[in-house]
Amino acid sequence: MAIEGADLIKAAAFLGAGISMGLGAIGPGVGEGMAAAKACEAIGRNPKEAGLLTRTMLVGQAVSESTGIYSLVVSLLLLFVV
Amino acid sequence: MEQDIQTWVKLAAYAGGGLSIGFGAIGAAIGEGYTAAQANAAVSRNPGLAGEVFKSMLVGQAIAESASIFALVVAMILLFSNIAATSYITVAAVFAAGLAMGFGAIGSGVGAGFPAGAACIGLVRQTAMSGKLTTNMLIGSAVCQTPSIFALVIAFILIFTDFSTHPFWPTWGAVLGAGLAAGLSAIGSGIGGGVVAGASSEGIARQPSSVSSVTNIMLLGQAIAQTPAILGLLVAFILIFKEFGATETIAPAMALLGSGVCMGLGGIGPGIGEGIASSGGVKWIARNEKEIGTLTRTMLVGMAVAESTAIYAMVISLVLIFVV
Repeated sequence: MAIEGADLIKAAAFLGAGISMGLGAIGPGVGEGMAAAKACEAIGRNPKEAGLLTRTMLVGQAVSESTGIYSLVVSLLLLFVV
Repeated sequence: MEQDIQTWVKLAAYAGGGLSIGFGAIGAAIGEGYTAAQANAAVSRNPGLAGEVFKSMLVGQAIAESASIFALVVAMILLFSNIAATSYITVAAVFAAGLAMGFGAIGSGVGAGFPAGAACIGLVRQTAMSGKLTTNMLIGSAVCQTPSIFALVIAFILIFTDFSTHPFWPTWGAVLGAGLAAGLSAIGSGIGGGVVAGASSEGIARQPSSVSSVTNIMLLGQAIAQTPAILGLLVAFILIFKEFGATETIAPAMALLGSGVCMGLGGIGPGIGEGIASSGGVKWIARNEKEIGTLTRTMLVGMAVAESTAIYAMVISLVLIFVV
């Protein structure tokens, strides 16, 4: 089969989209888990502050999520725009 | 230089078999080493219980070993069985089977070491609880094995399915992607499930009265930590059993391969992260059982957020399979 330049670029973009989202999901997953574990620890020590601690956990996790969303955006750009 | 299909299949089977047991040996060895280290620490704390600890260490290590035995079985099949080669897709399929089982065994092996190690330490701390601790360790490490069993299933399907009616382009990308999706995503869930089980064994030894709530929440946490591996299994099944039309271009095959890589790698982080989150919950439910409601809620919210990137990965995978 003949290989054309445009086809090759599309192939690379598809593979790149998969690798981008795949690798990009590792960090946020682990990091958010650590945040949640520490929040549970803090609530266990001081249950009265559960509301404040859960809120802080969620804000921290949202920040940690951002790199996962960057990966998602780059993947979607590779799939549909490039 | 003209080789027939059978030669290529043999080549891929030997390479796949080597990778299967090569990668598959990593996890079990780490898990068992961790267990032995904890057992030594336990014996030095109370040498009088050396016999009990030794027994518990061996039982735990035997379970951690099972994932690498799966990898050995797949490697033996790839080396010695005569695989009927009907098309060049089989070349990709047998290689993918080796990769799936090799990667899939890493997480379960490492994971099963955590509960076994915690049980050894717990045994000397709380000798009266040895029965409950052993039960908890066995349940916990058995659940850890499920991701490697998923990988084993995918490896067998890849070896024994007849792909002769499928077009080479793009099916070879789909079967290679299926192996990677099931294998890589099992790493995270295996380790994550093990971290939860370890926290639960430790908690029971510290606070024996909390055994029933700790075991329940451990099972809940482990079940959620399995979801990335289940998503990987799902994507692998779609990639193996969906019929893809023949194409004249490279891009569709790369999209299917990329889909498998995406779900596979994307499952690693959330699996480990959910395990860590749940271990925090389980550990503190044992220490402060009164707050079980608040702790479980926070644990579940935290795990749900950690799951989100696995879901992004699945969405991108499905877009790569069905849309582009």
